[in-house]
Amino acid sequence: MADATISGGLPQGRGAKTASPGGPMLAADGTPLRASLARSLRRQKMRALLLIAPLLLFILVTFVMPIGDMLFRSVENHIVADTLPRTVAALRDDPSEVPGEPVFRAMAEDLQVAVEEKTHTQLGTRLNYESSGMSSLLRGTGRDVKGMGEDVAKAVTGLDDAWEEPGTWVALLADPAWVQTQAEWAAADDKSPEPAFAASAAATERLPRTVEAYQAFAHVTQADDGDSVTEEEPWNLAYVALADDLRADPGAAEAFEGDNRARLDALSAAVADGTVPAVSYRDMFVESDDAWGEPGTWSVLRTFSSRFTPGYYLNAVDLKLGPNGIEMREPKDRIYLQLFVRTLVMSLVITGTCILLGYPIAFLLANLPERTANLLMILVLLPFWTSLLVRTSAWKVLLQQQGVINDILVWLGIVGDGNRLALINNQTGTIIAMTHILLPFMILPLYSVMKGIPKSYVRAAKSLGANDWTAFWRVYFPQSVPGIGAGSILCFILAIGYYITPELVGGTKGVFISNRIAYHISDSLNWGLAAALGTILLAVVMLLYWAYDRLVGIDNVKLGG
Amino acid sequence: MALPVYASTGQRVWHYAFRVICGLIFFYLIAPILVIIPLSFNAQDFFTFTPEMLHLDPAGYSLKHYHDFFNNIDWQLPLWNSLKIAPMATLIAVALGTLAAVGLSQSHVPFKGAIMAILISPMIVPLIISAAGMYFFYSRIGLQGTYWGVVLAHAALGIPFVIITVTATLVGFDKSLTRAASSLGAGPLRTFWKVQMPLILPGVVSGALFAFITSFDEVVVVLFMGAAGQKTLPWQMFTGLREQISPTILAAAVVLIAVSIFMLAALEMIRRRNERLRGLTPA
Repeated sequence: MADATISGGLPQGRGAKTASPGGPMLAADGTPLRASLARSLRRQKMRALLLIAPLLLFILVTFVMPIGDMLFRSVENHIVADTLPRTVAALRDDPSEVPGEPVFRAMAEDLQVAVEEKTHTQLGTRLNYESSGMSSLLRGTGRDVKGMGEDVAKAVTGLDDAWEEPGTWVALLADPAWVQTQAEWAAADDKSPEPAFAASAAATERLPRTVEAYQAFAHVTQADDGDSVTEEEPWNLAYVALADDLRADPGAAEAFEGDNRARLDALSAAVADGTVPAVSYRDMFVESDDAWGEPGTWSVLRTFSSRFTPGYYLNAVDLKLGPNGIEMREPKDRIYLQLFVRTLVMSLVITGTCILLGYPIAFLLANLPERTANLLMILVLLPFWTSLLVRTSAWKVLLQQQGVINDILVWLGIVGDGNRLALINNQTGTIIAMTHILLPFMILPLYSVMKGIPKSYVRAAKSLGANDWTAFWRVYFPQSVPGIGAGSILCFILAIGYYITPELVGGTKGVFISNRIAYHISDSLNWGLAAALGTILLAVVMLLYWAYDRLVGIDNVKLGG
Repeated sequence: MALPVYASTGQRVWHYAFRVICGLIFFYLIAPILVIIPLSFNAQDFFTFTPEMLHLDPAGYSLKHYHDFFNNIDWQLPLWNSLKIAPMATLIAVALGTLAAVGLSQSHVPFKGAIMAILISPMIVPLIISAAGMYFFYSRIGLQGTYWGVVLAHAALGIPFVIITVTATLVGFDKSLTRAASSLGAGPLRTFWKVQMPLILPGVVSGALFAFITSFDEVVVVLFMGAAGQKTLPWQMFTGLREQISPTILAAAVVLIAVSIFMLAALEMIRRRNERLRGLTPA
């Protein structure tokens, strides 16, 4: 009869039929009672989950995913690998401090593409976070890269005008199948983009660099500009690549036929006798900017070429990833640790003043008769309900040099008219205003804990001979400590994440880490650093929140008393 | 707390000193809000009391800042935006939040702790972090700078308040009432609307008030999420305070104080009604 105990809540007569003695108990529909109950429990769970699901989904999309996005952005570093794919690949094979010609050639192609797509300035901005000067370097060389190899291109076209014709290049390099589809596309004239350029097998094998350079040009021309490669003269890079290919493989012409073969033969001879000059991208880059010849530039590129980086986090704690591993930033650039410390210290001070001011009020409210306490509670709840901006504007108005508080102090003769107190745009202003804003969050939990302390304890202590102070300090105060803990953690959590009030009354000395995060999101656009700073702050808050949960429990969060 | 007749002089002194201290703290709490009110009637564009005001000279007072607030498009547009965004965010938060709170109060909910933690998280995470994450994510999906982007963000911020208030009322809910309704033949929907809803209504209403005020007062998220077309009243006040502070802001502040007094009164009425009902029904 063990099963019968499960059916505790069910009315015996209706819900369950008694089966033969010793057999399983059956429900009204003849299924075993155990299975029937299990099914109903499962159904209950499903119903509960179905009711919760819409909200859970909503919060996941509107809130949890954004936070996840922030965590992702704090380590994400696609921009170098995306903007300079060839350089990153070439750098992997070249461990020297200042890399050789292949890396510079890859860099020239990448930079030319980036300039056409206007992404090199973004890359410069990103790398400038890590090493100042990168932005101007990339902008400057970005201007020069188009002109690189100009003399090679002149020499080649001087040899034979046909090299100026886009058609010559297409005839030399294109895959016949692509020529076919391109012709069909041109005939259709339906405004769709030109089919992506494809190189022939012979060209890919014998003129590899030329094909690579031409592909880059073709991609930009077709995909970004929406033009046809049959109408555009290729970049200087393609001429340099062609000359290089023929220098490396003078007999490349044999793989081609007709006009192509004749032109390549002529060009090959010109390359061999020096009519077409040999150029070095490395020299051209160094000529554009000496920084390209320095190991520092390349170590920055190398360090930040990976797709994920700890760089933002290091930056957020005043470290940086140098060529020799992690190192401290320059003393003048060290601002974040100081800001974190200031945020923590100010939050502690604000929490402390909240305890100091909140404790007497909570004590008074908890020990007054109900009616009076409810009335006085309004004085706590009205500020609690009043808009944060209203309270901040009030303080901004009151604390000004020509504001009400200074006026009263002058009128009372406490300070002279000439030296009115600076109460705003500094730490004092932030502490005064934020204590006012957070005080209700201290008073309310303290009050609810103090309400639960039996008055008889203090009376008992006094009847046993304790004086007022001993009775309070040894008996009452220890019982109110959980309230202080709850209120303090609440105030502290709220304080370290504050943005609006420090921004408006804090000046430069009274701002918090939040203000820096906001600055990086909307002004400096260094989103990665903003995300890293935010993640660190979030981790601190989560830790405190966990402590709060252990101490008070989230279920006990009380709103408005 | 009354002073006993046998109290010593020291006790008397402390008794009154304590009251004076408490009075000063209450003054600190309430004075900034109260001072704003007369200042907003200043006839001059000053942020302090003019000599005329101190002499209670009627010439020192005027409604010009209110006039400006209610006629200037710079303030009216944000006011209307706030009034368009907050109710919609409240509606979403209350509808989804109440449903989920009912689900959470069932006796067998798997992963209850984890679900609760996720649902409460928008209240715990500092606003600047929520704002940063939402800004990054919503610009990816094209919601940044749109009305619905701001509404969804504000609804997410308001939901924890709805969950907390509604689950709190559901804790005291007598489940035999729904069983009675079912046994009398009411379907689940009918049971919810006719039996459960009227009983948890106070919790739902106070949750709605919290969600509304969360959206109505919120500035950090909207600052990042919104475009100029979604400028709300707190946003306008924030820009006003940061850039050129105009006395109209005092009028706006007093209007907002009126809103919060109304909210406080509404909540107090709900609380009183609850206490009365609790007094009538045997525990």
